[in-house]
Formats: sequence, structure tokens, C-alpha cells
Amino acid sequence: MSIPWHRPSWATPLARHSEALLIPVGALLAGFLLFALFLALQGKSPAEYYSLVYKAGFGSAFSWQNTLVRTAPLLLAALCVALPARLGLVVIGGEGAIVISGLACAQVAVLTQQAGTAPGMVLSLALMFIASALVGAAWIGAIGVLRHWRGVNETIASLLMTYIAIALMNHLVEGPMRDPNSLNKPSTAPLTDWQRVGQIPGLEVHWGLLAALICCIAAWLLIDRTTWGFGARIAGSNVRAAQLQGLPVGRMIIIVTAMAGACAGLAGAFEVAAIHGAANASLVSGIGYSGILVAFLARQNPLAIIPVAIMLAGFEASNGLVQRRMDLPDATVLVLQGIVFLAILSSETLYGRFRVFTPERWQPLPAEGEISTVQQGNPA
Amino acid sequence: MSATLPLVNAQESRAATSAELVGLSKHFGSLKALDKVSLKIDAGSLHALLGENGAGKSTLVKCMMGFYQATSGQLVVDGRERSIPNPRAAQALGLGMVYQHFTLVPSLTATENLVINRPDCPAVINWEKEKASLTEFLSTMPFQIPLNVPIYKLASGQKQKLEIIKQLYLQSTLLILDEPTSVLTPSEATEVLSLVKSLCEQRRLSVLMITHKFREVSDFADTVSVLRQGRYTGGGKVADLSHQDMAAMMMGQSAATARPGSSGGTITTAKGRSNANDNDNDNDNDNDNDNDNATASNSNSNSNSNSNSNSNSNSILQLRGIKATPRSGAGLISIDSLDVEAGRIVGVAGVSGNGQSELMEILSGQRPLLSGSMQVDGQPYTPTRKAAREAGVRYLPEEPLLNACAARMSVAENIAFRNYDLKADGKPAWWLDRTAIRNHGKDMIAAFNVKTTSPGAPIDSLSGGNVQRAVLARELTGDIRLLIASNPCFGLDFTAVAETRERLRAARATGTAILLLSEDLDEILELADTIVVMSDGSINYQCSRDEADVPTIGHYMAGHAGDSTAPIHSAPV
Repeated sequence: MSIPWHRPSWATPLARHSEALLIPVGALLAGFLLFALFLALQGKSPAEYYSLVYKAGFGSAFSWQNTLVRTAPLLLAALCVALPARLGLVVIGGEGAIVISGLACAQVAVLTQQAGTAPGMVLSLALMFIASALVGAAWIGAIGVLRHWRGVNETIASLLMTYIAIALMNHLVEGPMRDPNSLNKPSTAPLTDWQRVGQIPGLEVHWGLLAALICCIAAWLLIDRTTWGFGARIAGSNVRAAQLQGLPVGRMIIIVTAMAGACAGLAGAFEVAAIHGAANASLVSGIGYSGILVAFLARQNPLAIIPVAIMLAGFEASNGLVQRRMDLPDATVLVLQGIVFLAILSSETLYGRFRVFTPERWQPLPAEGEISTVQQGNPA
Repeated sequence: MSATLPLVNAQESRAATSAELVGLSKHFGSLKALDKVSLKIDAGSLHALLGENGAGKSTLVKCMMGFYQATSGQLVVDGRERSIPNPRAAQALGLGMVYQHFTLVPSLTATENLVINRPDCPAVINWEKEKASLTEFLSTMPFQIPLNVPIYKLASGQKQKLEIIKQLYLQSTLLILDEPTSVLTPSEATEVLSLVKSLCEQRRLSVLMITHKFREVSDFADTVSVLRQGRYTGGGKVADLSHQDMAAMMMGQSAATARPGSSGGTITTAKGRSNANDNDNDNDNDNDNDNDNATASNSNSNSNSNSNSNSNSNSILQLRGIKATPRSGAGLISIDSLDVEAGRIVGVAGVSGNGQSELMEILSGQRPLLSGSMQVDGQPYTPTRKAAREAGVRYLPEEPLLNACAARMSVAENIAFRNYDLKADGKPAWWLDRTAIRNHGKDMIAAFNVKTTSPGAPIDSLSGGNVQRAVLARELTGDIRLLIASNPCFGLDFTAVAETRERLRAARATGTAILLLSEDLDEILELADTIVVMSDGSINYQCSRDEADVPTIGHYMAGHAGDSTAPIHSAPV
């Protein structure tokens, strides 16, 4: 085998990593460009839009904090999508898990409000979070159970269960769990002051951000650095191969969906305990759906979720300012998200298409048998 | 509609087409997939195209069918130079192709598949009329296909027949067959090729047949062309060529003489077998027609009951009274007794869809047992990762990329599937040792000669033979007591097949018990020490290799345990 030019040893890994980075970035830019077109068609200036987003999302310490507050739940919601995705499951029901576990958090808070002593207060807070995580785990884990034992499509099931969660929340908040004092906006009884989650010292951002970052890192370690995660990745790539290796695929599906649900559950708990102070219709804020976009943009990598979530949180944080300054409806950011999502999904077909990123195609390998890589692929 | 129906006995409708390639080249960038290949297919002849995977056979055929445009060279059809810009143009010239992989719509019936493939398919279809005329058309065929059953319920043998029928129905007069018998039993293969041959002799059809099997070339083809690395390396009248000649053209002159043992495969069947079994003296020189060979030895058709009884202490795998539910179609899976001893290969022959895949699923823990027991090394065996590791059980499924690999993961990672969760000292590991995986991968890639750009390359960037090498590296390294292989050579190129079989023999030599499920009877006759036949979900025949008699085995494969004259049909649906 004669190699016509010397190929440095770093060239192959560099090409593979560049592909993983540059294709999503390219798709993102294409999405922004299309959205600019959308703005221009309405007679608005795309340049003004993007500069306002920069100012309101990232231009100052204040706007950074505003962005980071929105980042926290987005990270957790994205994990709810990314974890099952590594097992080959498309779960889009994070919104439902957030709503239902936010409700659980509020309910536990009401039940433990009487705790007077310091240990009692700590216990109460811990219970709020544990209950939320467990409810979230059960909610999404149920989808894993349905998938494994009944063959129910997890995407449809998780989407439909979101509607159930929202309906259930509305029913309980307007009925049995309603605080009689909440007049205009039916809510559960407000959390007492010590049940509210405080801010990270020196930042006007609540502890949820730190918790979410820890979850992202832990998820990455689990999936990418442990043997268990390696097994899960085998199952995610090829169930039959995993079964031939004797891996317990069903158990993996249920564990991973439960972990995903627990992440969404924590998001719900922080929304209640750090932001709203009670469970009400504000829990249905679309964070679960934004999380889907974040996870796909990050190609289901828990570490890549972090910068992507910050970026999208910046767009959402700037929405108010954009509305006022440019006279755009608040659904504008949803249009942007939709366009970017389509661009990302379309870009999935580009992997392996660029010669520069594909070492196998840099030069034909003249040895026998290798020629077939070009010829194979049935035209029919 | 029915007036245009291409009945086979409508002799005068269309005559066989001749074709000639003159200096055909096809380049992909700097890669010369085809380099000035010339060959001629006379009208009414059966022309075989031999060559390893990657030799350029598929490229040649795709140029003829209009999927590729040749870089240079001419294509002459019926004496006139033609350009074939797309598959439709090829069909208009009477060129039809039967692919190695099925192109039927699985959810539709045979009738529906045939009718929708017709170029003049009407917008409104009179199904009663179509069914009637199709039944008439099929009655001229030497085999029957259920017309009103969805394709996915058919065995692959039946699907292949339907593919050929489809081309006849579409009035193709030059048929290109891409390894048409890889999914058929020997008698089905003979039947199908005889039909094709007779159509050629009646000058209704010319055929270009891609194949790996020399026996098919010498028994059926008139002329042959051999490709090697994109070049025409020889050919001519089949009558003038021996198998050795063809092998030399295929492998390169030096290769065929330099490595007779490892080239194994179909050419040196007799040799390979005598290597495998020393007391096997009755092989004639270069007689690899297993049929004659086995008949010449003592054909012992009464050996149905000579199964080794339970008292055999040497058994590694013991199945007793296994019952399990089948996939739709096959009979209840029911295996009274099956033993595999250390250092032996037990071959399970059978037409596809008679319970072999279910047996594989039972043995790998993907299909629950209704009753019965599985023992490995005398211990009850439940196929979990832990149990398989402790008992030393490994699996070699068919189509390795589809069934044994994670396509998006790297070569090194795929090689690590068996041991990624163990530390060097054998204790369970929690953290992934990525350096160890990469180094182990590098070692294995070198030891098994896997051709890859790097250990980090995704495994689906490798050619089929190299994927199989990576899987062999994984499954055949370590202390293996029992290997369960299912069609391990299906779809592999010549050298990869020879290498796989050589690895199986080597494993047997070190005392591994091997259960070989294969739809390729030649493979079983070549490798197995004991042969069992599976039909309709149970084992109905067993014999040792010395007693193996192809007609008898074929008879039991067809599921006819009782009468002796029945023709061979595919499994009932």
C-alpha cells in the first residue's frame, strides 16, 4: 500500500472532531440567516435584532445574570432529551415532567410548612427536591416501561403524557390544591420564605444553575466515561448487537428514562422553589420544548448542552427588549427556534458527505477489498 | 391488460438480447473501479462473472443498468452501440437485474409487487383479472409462489424466486443475476439455475450471472469472465477451464498456488475437508461436487436415529426438550436433543425460515423458552452477559455490521464489546479505560489484519470483509468454550469467507465446541463434523459428516420425513 503523501497522525482525529463541531455551527448560522430573511420580509432590521439580542442577553453583567437564570431549567430539560437519545429513544415529554414535578414540589412544601426547627427545615427542602425528582423519574420512566414491555412509541407517549400533565395540573391548581387567596391566577399555597431557594453568593442567579451544571457533568461522565454508559451507547447504536453481548437493554431503557425524568423533575422543583414560589400555570412555559432544541443542537452531548443552552437562554432573555424596541410579537423567538431546529435536523444528513472531514475518502486505498467501499450500496 | 401479459410460453414475444462491453472503464476520482474491461454475452448464452468483492463486478453491472455512467468505453446491445443514461433506458432495452438484496415491497403481496412493477401499470387496477393472468403465468414456472401473502411472510428462498419471476414478467431478455443462489438450498439453486439455463437454450434469455461458486459456473454457464481489481484477468468457454484456472484468475496467479490451505472456500473443498478430518480418505482429486462425492461414499439414509445419547460427558452444549414460540410462519420450535462436543462443529442445515433464527435467539437469550433446558459445560445456562462470560460462550451472527456492531462507534470500541467492563485483572470496571480500548483495538487490528484508516474510524466506514475481521477479532479472542455461529459467511467476499472458515477450524482445533447454523449446505459439508437438519421448527435428521449424503439431507431440509420422491419446495407459509 503506497501512500502518496505523508498524513500526519493528528489529521484523522482533527477531521472527525471538526465535522462534529462545524456542521452544527454551520446549520446554526444557516438558521440565523433564514430568520434574518424572515425579519427582513417584515421590514425589520435583522442587524438591529441580533444586536439587541447581544445587548439584552450578553451585553452586561445584568443581562448575563438574566440569561443564566433562564439557562438553569433549560440545561435540565435538555438532559431529559439527551440521555434517552443516547439509547436511541426520542423523548420529547420534558415539559410534562417539569409541570407534574413542580406540582409535587409545591405539595410537599405545603405539607411540611409547619417545620420549625433548623433540621426540620432542611428536611423539608430536601423532601421537596427528592419528591420532585422521583415524580419526574416516574413520569418519564413510565414511558420507558411502556416502551420496553409494551412496545409503545416513546415519542408519541411522552408528547401525549405532557397534555395529561398540564390538564392534571390545571385541575388540581383550580380545585383541590388551590390557595383561596390566589384570586386572578389560581395557584397552590405559596412557599414560606425559608422554603425558597436562594441565590449563589455574588450572583443574582439561584442555586439551580449550579445543580444543573453538576447534572450535565455527571451525565457526561456516566455516558461517555463509565462502562455502564458504554453499554448504553452500544444499545443506542444497535439493540441487536447489545443483546448478543448479553446487555440488559430493557433495564437500561428504564434506568435512563428515569434519570432523564429526574432531571426534568429538578427543573420543575427549581422553577417552583426559586422562581414562582408556588405551582401555577406559569410552569407551562415551554422550557421542556426548548430543551429538545438544545439537546439536538448539542447532538445529545451533555457537555455541549451547556454553551448551547446559554446561547438560547440569551435569545429568550432578550425577548422582552426585542418586543418593546422592534415592535415584534413575543412569538418571534419561537419562530427563530423553529427555524434553527429545522436547520439542525436537516444538517444530520450532511455527516460523512464532506471529503475534508472523512479520512476514508482522502485517498483511495489500493489494496484489494477496499475498492468495494465505493462500489457498495445497492442502488435499489 | 391481459393481452400484453408476458407469458413465458409466448415464444415469439421477444428473443434473447446479446450485449458486448468494449473497453469499459469507470473511475471514481483517482480510483479505477473498472479498467478497460471488454466482454461479450452472446444471445441465448449464460455468462458467468467471477471475482472477489471489490473486483468491480457490481460497478460493471451498474454501468450496464444505467446506475453509473462509464468513464470511457462502449456498450453494444443487440449489435448497436447504446448509451444507457438511467435504469429506465436499460429496462427499455430488455435489460433486467435481480439484486442480491431483495427489492420487493414487504407489506404487499406477490401479485401487488408484480403488477406495480410493470411499466404500463394502469391507474385503476382490475385485481381479479390480474390475479387470474398471474396464476396462469406462474403455472409455467417450475416453482410455486403464494400470490396473496404479504412478502414479509415469505422465506428468503421464495423471495429470490419471486425476484427472478418479476424480471421474466417484465419481459427482460438480458437478465443480470447478482449471486442469485446465495439464499437458496442446493436443490432450489439447481432448480432455479436449470430454469434460467433452459430459457437461455430456448434463446428467450441471455444471462449475466455474478457468482462466487465455481460449481454453478461449471454446471450451468457457457462462458465466463473473471475480474480482479477492476481488470479483466481471463475467461472463455467454461468447458475449457478448470476450477484451478478460474481460481488463479480470480486470486492472481501466485495467490492460488502460494496459499492453498487458507484459500479454502469453494475451490479447495475437498482439500479443506481432508485437512479438517484426517480419516477422510475417500475424496477424489479436485472433485468438489459434493453431490457425487457423498453419494460415492456410503450413503446411509437410515441414520436418522444415530444421535449421540445423553450419556456423552464431553458435551459442551446440551439442549433438552426445548420448546419456544416461533415467529409467524414457522412451526412451534421444538428441539428434543442437541449436543455439541468440545473440538467439534455441529452444522445445522435447513432452508431459511425453518426455525434457525429462532434457535439463535433462544441461545442468545432473546427468545424465552416455553420449556426445556439449556446446559453449557454441564451447568444450566441462562444467556446473560455474566453467564456467557463465565461459560465462555461467544456469538457470530450473520451480517456482522447489522447484528454484531454499533455502526456509529469506532473500530476499537466495537472490538472492545466483550471486555470493556473488565479491568486487566478480570474484576468489574466502572470507569472506561479508553487508552486500553484503543491499544487493545490496535493490537487486534494488526493481529486480524483489519484494514482501517485508524482505530478511531467508525466501523461502518469499513468494507464488509473488514467488519467481519473486527468481529472475529472480538469473538474469537480469549478462552472460548462454545461458539454459536449463524451464517457467518453470508454476503462476505471470497477471502473473508476463506478466512472466517479458517478461524472456525482453528477454534475447533483448540477444543472449542461450535454450533454452526448455516443456510449454505456447502459450508456445512465443508466444516461440520456432525450435521443436523432443521425443518419446520424441529430437528428431523442427524448424521456424521462421513455419512453425509446431499440428496438425503436435501430431502429432510424440504421437510419430507416420510416419502422419498417428493420434490423440494420452500417452507409452507
